[in-house]
Amino acid sequence: MTRDAQRSGAGPLTQSFPTTGVPRLGRGVKLRYDRARERHVLLLPETVVVLNTTGTAILELCDGQRTVADIVDALRETYADVPEGQVVAYLAKLAERRHLEITDGD
Amino acid sequence: MEIDGPLGLLAELTYRCPLACAYCSNPVELAAYREELTTAEWQRVITEAAELGALQCHLSGGEPLLRRDLADLVRTAAEQGLYTNLVTSALGFTAARAAELHDAGLDHVQVSLQADEPQLSDRIAGSPSFARKIEAARRVRELGWPLTLNVVLHRQNIDRVAEVLAAAEELEADRIELANTQYYGWAAVNRAALLPSRDQLAAAEVVVRAAKERLRGRMEIIYVIPDYYATYPKPCMGGWGARQLVVVPTGDALPCLAAHDLPLPAANVREHPLSWIWRDSPIFSAYRGTDWMQDPCRSCARREVDLGGCRCQAFALTGDATRTDPVCHLAPDHDVVEAAVAEANAASRPVELPLVARSFRR
Ligand SMILES: C[S@@+](CC[C@H](N)C(=O)[O-])C[C@H]1O[C@@H](n2cnc3c(N)ncnc32)[C@H](O)[C@@H]1O
Ligand code: SF4
Ligand code: SF4
Repeated sequence: MTRDAQRSGAGPLTQSFPTTGVPRLGRGVKLRYDRARERHVLLLPETVVVLNTTGTAILELCDGQRTVADIVDALRETYADVPEGQVVAYLAKLAERRHLEITDGD
Repeated sequence: MEIDGPLGLLAELTYRCPLACAYCSNPVELAAYREELTTAEWQRVITEAAELGALQCHLSGGEPLLRRDLADLVRTAAEQGLYTNLVTSALGFTAARAAELHDAGLDHVQVSLQADEPQLSDRIAGSPSFARKIEAARRVRELGWPLTLNVVLHRQNIDRVAEVLAAAEELEADRIELANTQYYGWAAVNRAALLPSRDQLAAAEVVVRAAKERLRGRMEIIYVIPDYYATYPKPCMGGWGARQLVVVPTGDALPCLAAHDLPLPAANVREHPLSWIWRDSPIFSAYRGTDWMQDPCRSCARREVDLGGCRCQAFALTGDATRTDPVCHLAPDHDVVEAAVAEANAASRPVELPLVARSFRR
C-alpha cells in the first residue's frame, strides 16, 4: 500500500461503451454493507468508496448478467426519474478506475 | 469530540526479511523488534480493529510470509469481514503457501519489484531474488487474484520506468504503484544515493503520463509524487489518527508507519485496548486535526488540505514534529530539503552510487 497515493487518473473520459455492455465488479473488488457507517461500501486494496443510495442500487444490479439497458430498466421500477446518460457516466467512471469491468454483451 | 474509526489496519507482522532493500522504510534499529506479537495477540488486534470500524487489513512487514501463522491471521481478518491485502516481496510465496492463503480467504496480493531487470533488481534488493519474484507474480494471477505491483522509484531505477511498465503489462497487472521513495528508515540512511535529479523525474513523468493514457481502463497506474520536488507536502496518511492504524511487530500502535521514534509515550496493544489507543492515547491524539500547528501552517489557507504534511518527516528533518514539513516551500526549514535536492542535481553526480543494504546490525 502507498501512504498517500496521488491518483490523477481522473482526466477526460475517453472510454465510452454501448448500453449492451454487461458490467460486473472488477477483479478483487467487494461490495458490502458497513454497519459502522450505515452505508454500502466498495472495497479495494487502496480505496474505500462509500456509496450513496443510488450508487448502491446501481452496483447491486451489476451482476455480470444484466446489460446496462437492463440495469436502467430495473432502476426505473423503483425510481421515477432515471436518466440513462447519468447511469452510463457513473458506470464509465467506475470502469475507468477498474472498480467495474464492462464486457461486450454479445 | 466524536472520532471516526480507522478505515484500515496496517499490520506489520515482522521486520524480518530475506531481502535487504536499500530503500526499505523499516526502522534502522531492526533488532529492537524481535519480540513479535503471538498469533493470538494479532488475532485480537485484528478483531478489535474491525470492531473500531476498520474495513481493510494490510498484512505487511518486513516479509509477512515469514510468519508461519499468516493464513490463520488472514482467516481471522476475513471472518471479521475485512478486505485482506498481502503486501509482499513474494519471496516464499510458493504454490503451497499461495493455495493455503487462497483457502483462508485472502482478497488481494501486492508484489513489490525493485526493477524490471534481474541484475539491477537484485542489486537494489541486496540479494538474488528477481526470478522468484516474477514467478510469484504469475502465480498471483493464476490463482485468480488481482495483481498490484509496487515499484519504489529512486535515482538508480527511475530511468527504466518505461521498461518497468512494460514488465507490468507483460505480467497482466491490474494496477501498478510507482512510488517515489519516502525517506524513512533505511531510505533516509541512503537518501543521497536514492534521490533522483530533476531531469530524471521530468523524463519519467512524460513516460508515466503517456502510459496512463495508453493503458486507461486496462491497468491503473498510481504515481506517487516525490515530495522533495513538490511545492506542497502530501496530507500524510490522510490525516494523523484519521484513517490508518499501524501496528508494529512488537505491538506498538502508530498513526504513521514512520512514527517509531517520535518522543511520545508508546501505546502498545499488549497493554491497552485498541479503542483507547485510537481515541485517547497521547500518540494518536497529539497531531489529530490542526490545533497542534505552529506558523506558517497555523495561519495557512492550505492547513486543512495538506494538514501541514508529514509529522514524522518534520521530526526526522528538524527534531520537532510540530514544525511545518520541510518539503513545503513555505517551511522555515525548507533549506534542508533544498540542500539535498541541490546535491542530487550537481552536474557531475553519477546515477549509480553505493547503497547501504538493510541489516540487523549497524
Ligand atoms: C516495507 S514493505 C514490506 C512488505 C514487503 N517486504 C515488500 O517489500 O513488498 C511495504 C511496501 O512499502 C514499499 N516501500 C518500502 N520502502 C519504501 C520507501 N522508502 N518509500 C516508499 N515505499 C516503500 C515496498 O515496496 C512495499 O510495497
Ligand atoms: S522493502 Fe525490501 S527489505 Fe524492506 S521489508 Fe520489503 S522486501 Fe524487505
Ligand atoms: S505552510 Fe503548512 S499548511 Fe501551508 S502549505 Fe505548507 S505545509 Fe501546508
